[in-house]
Amino acid sequence: MYLYSLTLQKPTGIVCAINGSFSGGKTQEIVVARGKVLDLLRPDENGKLQTIHSVEVFGAIRSLAQFRLTGAHKDYIVVGSDSGRIVILEYNKEKNVLDKIHQETFGKSGCRRIVPGQYLAIDPKGRAVMIGACEKQKLVYVLNRDTAARLTISSPLEAHKSHTIVYSICGVDCGFDNPIFAAIELDYSEADQDPTGQAASEAQKHLTFYELDLGLNHVSRKWSEQVDNGANLLVTVPGGGDGPSGVLVCAENFVIYKNQGHPDVRAVIPRRADLPAERGVLIVSAATHRQKTMFFFLLQTEYGDIFKVTLQHENNDHVSELKIKYFDTIPPASSICVLKSGFLFAASEFGNHGLYQFQAIGDEADVESSSATLMETEEGFQPVYFQPRGLKNLVRIDQVESLMPIMDMKVSNIFEEETPQIFTLCGRGPRSSLRILRPGLAISEMAVSQLPGIPSAVWTVKKNVTDEFDAYIVVSFANATLVLSIGETVEEVSDSGFLDTTPSLAVSLIGDDSLMQVHPSGIRHIREDGRINEWRTPGKRTIVKVGSNRLQVVIALSGGELIYFEVDLTGQLMEVEKHEMPGDVACLDIAPVPEGRQRSRFLAVGSYDNTIRILSLDPDDCMQILSVQSVSSPPESLLFLEVQASFGGEDGADHPASLFLNAGLQNGVLFRTVVDMVTGQVSDARSRFLGLRPPKLFSVIVRGRRAMLCLSSRPWLGYIHQGHFLLTPLSYETLEFAASFSSDQCAEGVVSVAGDALRVFTIERLGETFNETVIPLRYTPRKFVLQPKRKMLVVIESDQGALTAEEREAAKKECFEAATTGENGTDNGQMENGDDEDKDDLLSDEQYGYPKAESSKWVSCIRVLDPRTATTTCLMELQENEAAFSICTVNFHDKEHGALLAVGTAKSLQFWPKRSVACGYIHIYKFVEEGKSLELLHKTEVEGVPLALCQFQGRLLAGIGTVLRLYDLGKRKLLRKCENKLFPNTIMSIHTYRDRIYVGDIQESFHYCKYRRDENQLYIFADDVVPRWLTASYHVDFDTMAGADKFGNIYFVRLPQDVSDEVEEDPTGGKIKWEQGKLNGAPNKVEEIVQFHVGDVVSCLHKASLIPGGGECIIYGTVMGSLGALLAFTSRDDVDFFSHLEMHMRQEHPPLCGRDHMAYRSAYFPVKDVIDGDLCEQFPTLSMDMQRKIAEELDRTPAEILKKLEEVRNKII
Amino acid sequence: MQASDRFNINSQLEHLQAKYVGTGHADLSRFEWAVNIQRDSYASYVGHYPMLAYFAIAENESIGRERYNFMQKMLLPCGLPPEREDD
Repeated sequence: MYLYSLTLQKPTGIVCAINGSFSGGKTQEIVVARGKVLDLLRPDENGKLQTIHSVEVFGAIRSLAQFRLTGAHKDYIVVGSDSGRIVILEYNKEKNVLDKIHQETFGKSGCRRIVPGQYLAIDPKGRAVMIGACEKQKLVYVLNRDTAARLTISSPLEAHKSHTIVYSICGVDCGFDNPIFAAIELDYSEADQDPTGQAASEAQKHLTFYELDLGLNHVSRKWSEQVDNGANLLVTVPGGGDGPSGVLVCAENFVIYKNQGHPDVRAVIPRRADLPAERGVLIVSAATHRQKTMFFFLLQTEYGDIFKVTLQHENNDHVSELKIKYFDTIPPASSICVLKSGFLFAASEFGNHGLYQFQAIGDEADVESSSATLMETEEGFQPVYFQPRGLKNLVRIDQVESLMPIMDMKVSNIFEEETPQIFTLCGRGPRSSLRILRPGLAISEMAVSQLPGIPSAVWTVKKNVTDEFDAYIVVSFANATLVLSIGETVEEVSDSGFLDTTPSLAVSLIGDDSLMQVHPSGIRHIREDGRINEWRTPGKRTIVKVGSNRLQVVIALSGGELIYFEVDLTGQLMEVEKHEMPGDVACLDIAPVPEGRQRSRFLAVGSYDNTIRILSLDPDDCMQILSVQSVSSPPESLLFLEVQASFGGEDGADHPASLFLNAGLQNGVLFRTVVDMVTGQVSDARSRFLGLRPPKLFSVIVRGRRAMLCLSSRPWLGYIHQGHFLLTPLSYETLEFAASFSSDQCAEGVVSVAGDALRVFTIERLGETFNETVIPLRYTPRKFVLQPKRKMLVVIESDQGALTAEEREAAKKECFEAATTGENGTDNGQMENGDDEDKDDLLSDEQYGYPKAESSKWVSCIRVLDPRTATTTCLMELQENEAAFSICTVNFHDKEHGALLAVGTAKSLQFWPKRSVACGYIHIYKFVEEGKSLELLHKTEVEGVPLALCQFQGRLLAGIGTVLRLYDLGKRKLLRKCENKLFPNTIMSIHTYRDRIYVGDIQESFHYCKYRRDENQLYIFADDVVPRWLTASYHVDFDTMAGADKFGNIYFVRLPQDVSDEVEEDPTGGKIKWEQGKLNGAPNKVEEIVQFHVGDVVSCLHKASLIPGGGECIIYGTVMGSLGALLAFTSRDDVDFFSHLEMHMRQEHPPLCGRDHMAYRSAYFPVKDVIDGDLCEQFPTLSMDMQRKIAEELDRTPAEILKKLEEVRNKII
Repeated sequence: MQASDRFNINSQLEHLQAKYVGTGHADLSRFEWAVNIQRDSYASYVGHYPMLAYFAIAENESIGRERYNFMQKMLLPCGLPPEREDD
């Protein structure tokens, strides 16, 4: 089995983010690392974050830093990854790519303890960079310019210290003196040797300054001093004339200012009033804001509170006071970036990322802690308390969707749409949600208005070619035409000159400033001054089809005669040529007039004899047939579209375009073929089934360029995104006719008709594969089951260390009352409404998180959800510290109750210091009210956590720790029927098929079991030889299981055919052999048939076909919020082709961050029989020469390779 | 085997031990071995962000806190060292 791996949704979580001006000048940009993907984001003028560039690097990005050489206007990006190399990137604005400027190897690849890459620090003046590891190694590279002003990098200088753990590093701003780097270090050598524990308790973290002597080209330890043992993060303090220099040391509960030869200045971090005393406050992300005259720091705690830190200093020298003031609360972020343009970007750890705008910079009075008022008592320093409040200084203006983490996922067509929906459980705690993903682009509807009849067509026209916006919307009905003028409002007009008593066939701008209306009996040409020229059809013939561009018009009369008109120099429409076609014309189209030319050369005519002909419109061979293409079904609609085949420029221009002829056929297929720009010959045909109705094609404008809208049983958009031509469905209803629309309010919209309504909409977030519907949940969702018949979902949610709903309610009330008593003195009556809003804001858990409780406390609930209406029909909070971990539906064989729901829970589960649990329970629920509600039948106590439940032959199988047990339904509780205690660690998944049971162990991969009914015995007949830490599993076929492990691998195991047959044929079912055993395990071993490193913890696997008629693939979801698919190849030729393409891509296009592609995909186990589609899909980003070179080696043309890539993608989605 | 070879191998081993933390030797105790494995594991958890996120979900902590906890555990990953027998 060979698989093609393709990422459907790139990771949406963010590891780290930096900001700067990467394209140069004043633009502010953000670079984010999403695990293995590097993105460049830019807020546009509307405050929406746009992805400018995105590249998969095939390696784990761990740290990012930006620097700028003195006097330069552009920032460079330094990447610390798992490649054992330091990589410096520059954004190339012209080509819209990240160029690798330098790549220096310093160590082994992989995320290792002593190989640098974890930390990066930059000298604030951009003269040196330090790259550090978790332990021992730190390397300093000197950055400089050569005579041609190119960036140079030195050989590495070592700043190692063995037996030393590094917590954080940063550059120290010391102006143009020798660069200094600071590090928080902890020496463990003595603690390792001292059995009394004294050395360990005395182990002290140190802040060490490393000085790079630029003259001697040498790094030395300059200064080292003890710091607080809770220190975890360093922040550079501006220096060299802008501030006092030195560093801020963020420690648990404290922020300390430190500098060489300066006494410590320490202040406590204010605590939330409701925080348990055992918990500390840790700063997890920091940002600095610098202006000419002032600077401040924003530090965010693990609970999401942001504090503004300011330093009081005299003449940039002595720091007298450090103040920490409460600023605002936003969800905890992995990185926060303060942009010079007044934005704050917060890359959330989990859930959607936010772009905020500054309303104020926290100058107003608020809870503040200061080094001046620091009180030391016998119990330590006196804490300062505060209560989180609504946003005061920040206002959120945009958010970037993030699925991180995907906890569970299933694919099903519950809504009975054309394509199945992907149901994902995402997020954590109060920001959890169920997201329903549908392949397609999201649209936003601007207006819907009813029309006085059923319209058949719609057009928009400008009055003049130089106009920015459209002037009229023209709607055609069966026997009339309606003209709407676009202004402040859209209203009907009668002075437009259009004939309104007849239906229209086409309406467009002709020449520079006149309008044309084609109706069945003629052409009406409306000049700018109001003069009207009418051209009438000869005899009683009517016009059936029209094709036109700005200067050319071709009409087809009934019977098959074509008449060709051109606009002459005076703006008159002149008949040029006639041509008789053999039969009626089904459709026609003229390509738009190329820039600077008089006319377009090609006319395409579709006929009912299943052919499309390309005719010339040149004067010397006018109406000559240039080529003929036969198709599978009569064409319904034709459209010429220019497509840039290759990558380049921010808009993808740069390379020569190729002209595509698109045809919508009556059998619902979209047929695309390349038309040679010179000869008109057609070649390289591709077809794709779009829907049940013949696609009608329209040209629309997307991001300022022509794109194609295909209206079949659902609308599709064909457009170019980052060099790829994408054909994506829109999540919208069936449309009849459409035209592009541009007005003051809506620059790039589409106007369409469907039924008796006129709809205006815009297309959002281009380039995305899925659009999502979000249903919020209460706690971290764990698992869910679908009930396809009742179309309901049952979700289990549980959170550790949180208060129950009642306790939270009580705490909120208390805090609310406390807040209002303070204000009650003013005016009571008026304040009430305002108070309610305040209260809502105060209560928004999504923003502030749940109050923390002791880690031994659990909250959990079971929820029945109707996904169509997004309503929860039943929500049961579990009581007495129980938390739900597993769920399944089960039909017991006595059939008394029908389908029941089994939920496995744990009571008082603790992970630390040792995993312990009071007991577990299996709850059995009955569905009542047609599945909308649940009723507890009974609950059965078990000795451990039931992590896996599954129905098996009318009974319930439960995996409880190392025990696999079979239960039957009793009146009061479940009845034990049979068990097997021989599983190595903890059972985390159970799948069944016929009489086989496939058990997944949390550390030891899969175990294949059988149940012998006559002997009532469960036994393991096969297991895996590799210890796999399973995180997800899926049953593929009788002998095959798909699994994913904690380290980011996906693998398939299969029981060899002969063993499988033997087991099935053996009357004892292999039992005798089982008793013998092999290698301390089962007698038979499964074989690994597929192995692939995804580079991300896969949390769920599912098998589904995402498009009608598409191949079934394994879909996976990951913790970083990405979705991918593995498709099995069906032909050996494809396997050969793609493995060769992959091989060439590996050689010619090594990954950007220096990790070897093959090594990355084989990070833990050698990759086996999986071709990396993500790498293959980078083919169009190569230069044309390189594309040709690879194509030659594969005996194909670049276009054929692109077609192949498109084909295989279209099989998946 | 010649004496010079042996010297070579030893010196090579010493070189490796100096360069790569965690390179074992013949007299490595069970505790030292375990400490090494644990430190390597923690460093790997900290280095692989998705794994860190995975732990953070399980323990319902922030990712930053989880990273800090793992780094802190690198000091004494296996508890106190055992008493030396030869002392």
